[in-house]
Amino acid sequence: MTVSVPLWPAVLGRFGWQDLPFVRVWENPTISEIIGAFAGALVVVGAVVVAALLTRYGKWRYLWTEWLTSLDHKKIGIMYIVVAFVMLSRALVEAVLMRMQQAVAIENPGFLTPDHFGQLFSTHGSIMIFFMAMPFLTGMINYVLPLQIGARDMAFPWANSIALWLTIGAAGLMMASLVVGEFSTGGWSGYPPYTERAFSPGVGVDYWIWAVTLGSIGSTMAGINIACTVYKLRAPGMRFMRMQMFAWTSLCTSILMIFAMPPLTVATLLLALDRYLGFHFFTNDLGGNMMNYANMFWLFGHPEVYILILPAFGVYSEVVSTFSTKDLYGYTSLVIATMAIAVLSFTVWVHHFFTMGQSANVNAAFGIATMTIGVPTGVKIYDWIWTMFRGEVRFTVPMLYALAFMMTFVLGGFTGIILAMPPLDYLVHNTLFLVAHFHNMLIPGLLYGMLAGYYYWFPKAFGFRLNERWGRIAFTCWVVGFYLAFFPLYVLGASGMARRTQAIFEPSFRPWLYVAGVGAFILLAALTSLGIQLWVSIRDRAKTQVEAGDPWDGRGLEWSVSAPPPEYNFAVLPLIDGRNPFYDHKHDEGQPDPYASPAAYEDIVLPRGSATSVVIGLAAAVAGFGLIWEIWGLTIVALQVIVAAVVLRSFGRDQHRTIPAAEVARAHEAWLTRVRATPAVPRQLETAAVNRGLAEIVA
Amino acid sequence: MSEPELSHAGLNLGDTGELTQDQAENAIFGFWIFLMSDAVIFALLFATYGTMIASTVGGPTPASEFKLLPAFVETLLLLTSSATFGRATIAMKYDEPRRVLFGWLGATLGLGLVFLALEANDFATMFAHCAYPMRSGFLSSFFALVGLHGLHVAVACFWLVVMVGQVCAYGLDARVRINLLRLGLFWHLLDIVWIAIFSVVYLQGNIG
Amino acid sequence: MSDRTRELRTYAIGYGLSLVLTVAAFAMVRWPSFGARAIFGIVLALGLIQMAVQFRCFLHISFKRSSRHDLQLILFSALIIALMVSGTLVILFNLRGRMMG
Repeated sequence: MTVSVPLWPAVLGRFGWQDLPFVRVWENPTISEIIGAFAGALVVVGAVVVAALLTRYGKWRYLWTEWLTSLDHKKIGIMYIVVAFVMLSRALVEAVLMRMQQAVAIENPGFLTPDHFGQLFSTHGSIMIFFMAMPFLTGMINYVLPLQIGARDMAFPWANSIALWLTIGAAGLMMASLVVGEFSTGGWSGYPPYTERAFSPGVGVDYWIWAVTLGSIGSTMAGINIACTVYKLRAPGMRFMRMQMFAWTSLCTSILMIFAMPPLTVATLLLALDRYLGFHFFTNDLGGNMMNYANMFWLFGHPEVYILILPAFGVYSEVVSTFSTKDLYGYTSLVIATMAIAVLSFTVWVHHFFTMGQSANVNAAFGIATMTIGVPTGVKIYDWIWTMFRGEVRFTVPMLYALAFMMTFVLGGFTGIILAMPPLDYLVHNTLFLVAHFHNMLIPGLLYGMLAGYYYWFPKAFGFRLNERWGRIAFTCWVVGFYLAFFPLYVLGASGMARRTQAIFEPSFRPWLYVAGVGAFILLAALTSLGIQLWVSIRDRAKTQVEAGDPWDGRGLEWSVSAPPPEYNFAVLPLIDGRNPFYDHKHDEGQPDPYASPAAYEDIVLPRGSATSVVIGLAAAVAGFGLIWEIWGLTIVALQVIVAAVVLRSFGRDQHRTIPAAEVARAHEAWLTRVRATPAVPRQLETAAVNRGLAEIVA
Repeated sequence: MSEPELSHAGLNLGDTGELTQDQAENAIFGFWIFLMSDAVIFALLFATYGTMIASTVGGPTPASEFKLLPAFVETLLLLTSSATFGRATIAMKYDEPRRVLFGWLGATLGLGLVFLALEANDFATMFAHCAYPMRSGFLSSFFALVGLHGLHVAVACFWLVVMVGQVCAYGLDARVRINLLRLGLFWHLLDIVWIAIFSVVYLQGNIG
Repeated sequence: MSDRTRELRTYAIGYGLSLVLTVAAFAMVRWPSFGARAIFGIVLALGLIQMAVQFRCFLHISFKRSSRHDLQLILFSALIIALMVSGTLVILFNLRGRMMG
């Protein structure tokens, strides 16, 4: 923990020289400090290099007008996913550092100080949940959902952009904590009373509070937007029971976001009131009750698990159906299971604190509810298996992820049933068994799903396919690395090794920790492979163009438009007459040709870009920064900027622009002409260079 | 969703702008979702208040701090402001003269501000006998709950002023109508939250 | 009766009913005539009725088809809120009982 002398309190608040990792490493050059300073330097150098490259190639204006201020749901979705990958890289490196420390620190202090180790597990967890998983799934929903339900954009494009920028601002605070000050050592859940000012007086917890609060407000906004889009913007004829599964899981996820993010906001803000104003919500003294924090945090935290997993379930449903060349088995049961999971997820939160001290009856009720939620999840697994049954399964990268998910996720589910029994939970509570369990759920249940979706929809978004070979290498590393890194933790946890342990005094744990360490390096190799895959794919993009837009013989509406889609998505809004309108039109005799010219075109109204959302998101981060460092003037100014931006925007008119029908017609007809000249490929050749994005009709 | 009239207080858009009836539906529905999300925040503060009501730690108690009369007057003010906002909505919908609309909006704003003044006075009285939020868990939860509601009312008052400015600047175009309607929903919802506050906080504090 | 009159009447009814319910709740407490628990129960019931009245008369939520989406949303929200509030109270009171008892 830093003890630094404030330099100039009136202007710089709490800041002192010791808050810079570079100064700390100069005064105390230990490996732990060197790593901290190196990370801080990496952030600074990274930012400078990006800025320099943008200036060198004169891309600032392009970036600003075409991307940062864009209200196009597709670009917003892509920016979310870029944020997710950047943050994934950081949090994965942190995970490797922690595994190294635990492998080294057996009857030995290791190379990381306890404080540094605490910051690592806190940032790793916070980032993976709030700044990797949430942006990844929000971005994917943003990109795919309007295309799947036949909409031109989200219901509230401006709010969509604000949600993105709040997330970016919050992620920025996470990165800033590497350069100025320190991060919380209270874990991703930030339990008081440890995180109260009495025990954690530094800026770390405040960084955590404001980053998480901004992120959760952004997610609430995103959830409202997604729900309203599904409810109100479906194409004509798109009844609820005709939506693709991904649209269904997006809807249920958004409902969970709407109702589950507020408890987190309340918990973090009440903690902030305790810390800043001396309130007594969660303190030890004067009537505070820290267990109410645990209660509210998990009122958010458990639905959050399903916020993370449901979109991946949606991706798997799409992927398994497409690459098994079959209709999704048990569509209705999948829909009901998704809704059941969404509702049940609000009834199980107590299983995160079975050991609090409430009566056995309360625990029993929540234990049973927890086991119940396994039932709809099981239904889904069976549905996917039946979808593959007697299908023509193609083992492409997304399908491999789906298969690995099914095996691995079920294993994690079994350990979940163990944890759902309060007496057993008492034994492994707070051990690595739990750490192994939730990684076992979230890596297959979230990360594999998002990566499958990334590979599956990448050609739609950019017009060329990702490299298959590097995709398989990355896949292998993700799966092998996962098993090596996390299955030893079950053994360690069952043997009683506590989670978040900085040094270990039990030599018999050594081999397991070594294996887990090797696994962590393989996971790092997996991430590297993804980077190489992207680079190779961009390099070879001329050979993998799929402008016709349907490289996988897809089912949903998103495959019926060009790749990348025009900014208005659909030249003419489609009329929906079934569950797989595009696929049926492609393959069934006597159906209208999906590539026929429409009878008439209309003018299309789209929102103009807006800089106000960027200003609002960044000003919110600045306000948070001011609060963290107690630079009150900065906070007040930033809040005024936010209010001014909102009011200004509300006074603005002329925030839409019209694309004339003639222009739409020209672009669309030109694309149709190119489609007609595209050679169709059979599914079996979809990964070959001949795949130009037009599926062959097999009678 | 193509009912001839909007379901919410029947917004009459006329043919004033770029927004269609469908888009107005979306805008209002989205705002409803936001309101429900906000309601969850209040619900948790109520739950927190419920668990901390006994945590007075030898300090001020509900019985010693909550007075029925000011709470009753504040309730009447907020309820009446909800009704006057409803009247303003009707003035907007039927395109009554502008001064009628402004009159009812002005009345609503006035009632909201008087409510805030009374609430501030309540808080000041409590502070005067050392009933401030740092004293106990009970007082922390009281000030967070009632204070957040007061903050909402203050934001609503500010928003009302902004909306009057927009009516002056643009007349009742589609966006102004939609936003006035949203503000109306917000205002009515704040009154509904207040029903829970006077029942659970002030009345419960004075029972027995 | 014109639409405008009908709508004015709806607001007037809502206002009148809310006033009556409010006065009744305050009167129950000001001039107590039952046990404390009973009074609190009645106050809560009156509050819930008044909320329903305001949803109906001020916010125009009804069982008509045109507000079906809103009604579904509000009922689902009510379910979630009931789960969260009752769950919090039950769990933390249970804990308090075991800690203090």
